[in-house]
Amino acid sequence: MTIVSVTLMINGEERTTEIRYADILLTVLREKFGLTGSKPGCLNGDCGACTVHVNGKPMKSCLMLAIEAVGEDITTIEGLKGTPIQQAFIQHFAFQCGYCTPGFIMNCQALIQAYPDAGDKVIKEWLESNICRCTSYEEIEAAVKSVLRSEA
Amino acid sequence: MIPFDFDYFNPETVQEAYHLYHSLTEAGREPVYFSGGTEIITLGRIHQLYTDAVIDLKGIPECRTAQLDDEHLYLGAALPLTAVEEARLFPLLMKNVKEIADHTAREKVTLGGNICGNIFYREAVLPFLLSDSSFVIAGKDGLKVQSIHDVFEEHIQLAPGEFLVQTITEKNFLTAPHVNIKRKRQWDTGYPVVTVAAAIVGRRLRIGISGLCPFPFRSYEVEAALNEPALSPEQKAELAISHMPAPILNDSEASAEYRLFVLKNTLTDILVAFEGMGRR
Repeated sequence: MTIVSVTLMINGEERTTEIRYADILLTVLREKFGLTGSKPGCLNGDCGACTVHVNGKPMKSCLMLAIEAVGEDITTIEGLKGTPIQQAFIQHFAFQCGYCTPGFIMNCQALIQAYPDAGDKVIKEWLESNICRCTSYEEIEAAVKSVLRSEA
Repeated sequence: MIPFDFDYFNPETVQEAYHLYHSLTEAGREPVYFSGGTEIITLGRIHQLYTDAVIDLKGIPECRTAQLDDEHLYLGAALPLTAVEEARLFPLLMKNVKEIADHTAREKVTLGGNICGNIFYREAVLPFLLSDSSFVIAGKDGLKVQSIHDVFEEHIQLAPGEFLVQTITEKNFLTAPHVNIKRKRQWDTGYPVVTVAAAIVGRRLRIGISGLCPFPFRSYEVEAALNEPALSPEQKAELAISHMPAPILNDSEASAEYRLFVLKNTLTDILVAFEGMGRR
């Protein structure tokens, strides 16, 4: 087994650890750095619970090797502090069990940054990437729209 | 967790990647090329794919190009599908890839990965089949340009160690009237029952189909039926259905009979739509 030392830029900080080349980013974030906000769900790229940002774009961290993230700018849910979308999720009660919430918030935040004037079609296209087993979809839609409409 | 270990290589040139593949193979290793890597990661996790050496093609500039000159469009095989969408250079391809997986996954899935993958849909190849595009292949003699019709027959046909670097499409095709229809059993997400890409070139309808058989295809027999001038749209679709290759998929997404039923209606819709646009 080859173990290598890598330095990743996570939430604005350089973090160094040892990994296998076969380690996915999600596992390294959770098990090496204790950043357990990114959730393991399907581990197959379907549910979006593990969504983080890589260079500002949404990325399912179960579909990315940690070694691919070297030199990239990674943001996890722990790196978001006091953003309007986090407040909007609370105001609109856009969660029930909360397991999918970090992934949804990361995707919503990436959408808000990329398309501050996003219409319904773009919102739907982006948010189809995440699954909420508790079906809080209407509240999530209200939350993201409240931020988009206030910033547009 | 991927239940086996591999080494990871990140070449910066086409030649370096090709030579790495061969030196690893000669050393008894089992290398695979990796661009988005989504299939390698997901199939590896469930023991359906094994490798002990991954050669990541993303660092090769030729594999990341998106360039339009006076005559041709060049798209790199390692471009994420979202980059293909955002480039807005090839309208039919843009509509086609927008239907693959979901938006976040398309940040990782690449054009070459979809075309060369194991998944049987591989629908990103359809616009290239319809446009008679060429593929740039890296091989032992460096780069070679081949017609897609010589290098793609159900699957991409590559010798060991060869890999897809770029696609080349004539600029004239980019503005051809077109449609891309993905029919799903239910909802807006999930795998399709059938995907049909169509374009009008020289007053003739070209059709590519994915999801019907275990491979995507363009069939000249099917196109001849759909361009038969004496028939109604329904009759053309009926005749086209009789020329479909085998086998027709029969799985949990849809039975073979249902797939053909959906395809026939989709073809009829396309014929009516194009006739409504003035083509007779």
